[in-house]
Amino acid sequence: MNDDLMRRIQANPRFTELVSKRSRFSWKLSLTMLAIYYGFILVVAFDPKLLGTSLAGGTVTLGIPVGIFVIVSAFVLTGIYVRRANSEFDALNRQIVEEAQQ
Amino acid sequence: MKPLSLKSLLRAALTAGAGLVSPLVLAAGTLEGPVTQRSLNWHAIVMFLLFVAFTLGITWWAARRTKSAKDFYAAGGGITGMQNGLAIAGDYMSAASFLGISAMVFEKGYDGLIYSIGFLVGWPIILFLVAERLRNLGKYTFADVASYRLSQTPVRVLAATGTLVVVALYLIAQMVGAGKLIQLLFGMSYSSAVVLVGVLMVLYVMFGGMLATTWVQIVKAVMLLSGATFMAGMVLYSAGFSVEALFAKAVEVHAKKEAIMAPGGLVSNPIDAISLGLALMFGTAGLPHILMRFFTVADAKEARKSVFFATGFIGYFYILTFIIGFGAIMLVSTNPEFKDAAGKLIGGNNMAAVHLSKAVGGDLFLGFISAVAFATILAVVAGLTLSGASAVSHDLYANVFARGRADEAHELRVSKLATLGLGIVAILLGIAFEKQNIAFMVGLAFSIAASANFPVLFLSMFWRGLTTRGAVIGGFIGLISAVTLIVFGPTVWVDVLKNKEALFAYKNPAIFSMTLAFFCTWLFSVLDRSPQANQEKSAFLPQFIRSMTGIGAEGASKH
Repeated sequence: MNDDLMRRIQANPRFTELVSKRSRFSWKLSLTMLAIYYGFILVVAFDPKLLGTSLAGGTVTLGIPVGIFVIVSAFVLTGIYVRRANSEFDALNRQIVEEAQQ
Repeated sequence: MKPLSLKSLLRAALTAGAGLVSPLVLAAGTLEGPVTQRSLNWHAIVMFLLFVAFTLGITWWAARRTKSAKDFYAAGGGITGMQNGLAIAGDYMSAASFLGISAMVFEKGYDGLIYSIGFLVGWPIILFLVAERLRNLGKYTFADVASYRLSQTPVRVLAATGTLVVVALYLIAQMVGAGKLIQLLFGMSYSSAVVLVGVLMVLYVMFGGMLATTWVQIVKAVMLLSGATFMAGMVLYSAGFSVEALFAKAVEVHAKKEAIMAPGGLVSNPIDAISLGLALMFGTAGLPHILMRFFTVADAKEARKSVFFATGFIGYFYILTFIIGFGAIMLVSTNPEFKDAAGKLIGGNNMAAVHLSKAVGGDLFLGFISAVAFATILAVVAGLTLSGASAVSHDLYANVFARGRADEAHELRVSKLATLGLGIVAILLGIAFEKQNIAFMVGLAFSIAASANFPVLFLSMFWRGLTTRGAVIGGFIGLISAVTLIVFGPTVWVDVLKNKEALFAYKNPAIFSMTLAFFCTWLFSVLDRSPQANQEKSAFLPQFIRSMTGIGAEGASKH
């Protein structure tokens, strides 16, 4: 990459905007995933009986929906990220690249 | 030399050399224990032959399209996000996770679910932090990214070492599992099964490169997902589509009763639990054969989509294995047909899903699931072999040995030779480890990936201050500490080496070895005040701009 192109991108306020928006978003989602997973693991480690609580008096325990929730949340979080990245971030990025190459 | 003496020689040498021998908590990750050979299973054999013929056809087709290095390593960069998502799922869902996790659910119930969740949650992290930058910076291997602005030789040697160690451990686990599984399912001898797997994987990779490997993985993923869907559907059908009825029946017939509906002994120690979580989560982001898959798509957008689809398929698959495990409790454990005289499951608990396939779909479906299990192994070992061969040819040969001056034809020839070499080594190791306890190996591979590959890759993309010295010292410390702590931990020191008490109390070293690797990489980078270090830091900005915008990134080849 030549220095001129680099300087123009770095000076573009849209680039700063993209970088800060994207990193804030991806760290927020990462922390959400970590919180969900480690929240689950800590309950498993410190209070396993909680997950063994019967739901509605039947055999199905609280642990079943909670476990399924962790799996589904992983998928949903990736979907949320991909949706915003494919539209908003990619559009912003396209603008940056076009402006830099003018 | 007679094959028998070669075998015992190798085994002796390897157990001495690889003092690494023994397990993490990942007991369910591999097939183990003695296995009795069965009579030939014709349904399975016919279906398996169809699969082999079909995949060799794919290889023949792919070979005619594999001309350049980019074709060989990255399938020309033209795989779509959806295809790559399926291929990633096919690469990641091994026979060990299909049979091992359903066996774990069969045996312990809820613990199996906890375990499988750990294998899934690394994927969103890969998407949020790694996938796009990796795609924008790299070409064929994750070493391309780690060494982007650092000194080529030492960083590539580190990355190639990390790759080859992870690939070797993973391959041994797969080969031994394959040998036992095929012996059991197809009535073939152990050694011939291992040789067959080795020969097929070399054929796929050597001639068809990444394109054939990708399609073998896609075909396998579709077969595995549809087989498992059918099985879980039949289980729910037998329970009258009532989840409550399924669990109630399972609790009624299981020896552990209600205990199978709550966490058991899997995660008893919080430190071990968190450490295992770290290894699974960040180890996934450091597995070389998985990272390599991101270079097969055209751009960052397709890389993102790959992870979205992969997470969906893998998550869905783990929900299915949970239902399959409970289905096996309900339908297999109550049926004397599947038990031996002592009341144990024929072939061990790892056969729970296989027996269930017969219970719900008869001999024909049993044949299908057996063929799927074999196909699964082939797809995983092909991906591993390609990754190992790329580390040898692209990282070690082209960039270290020839210092970037090797021409493409040469590099390709080396990668094919490396594939052949890895195939031979994998067969020999598979035979040598037949009777060894290999349950720890996949876990060790994840710990090493999290402690050696991940910190260096992550910091190279996120931290301006990383220098060559920091990366190399930190990476090797991560590698060595992960191996050492596992050897001194309960899984090797007590279970394998038969000592009374472990020198290191925890089964999972990642919380220590990964932290240590990050710390040392940081420390030796900030202490590094050489002119080279300054240059490396100032090279961060152009790298950062490329990683963010994709300007200058490798595109798909046009043909």
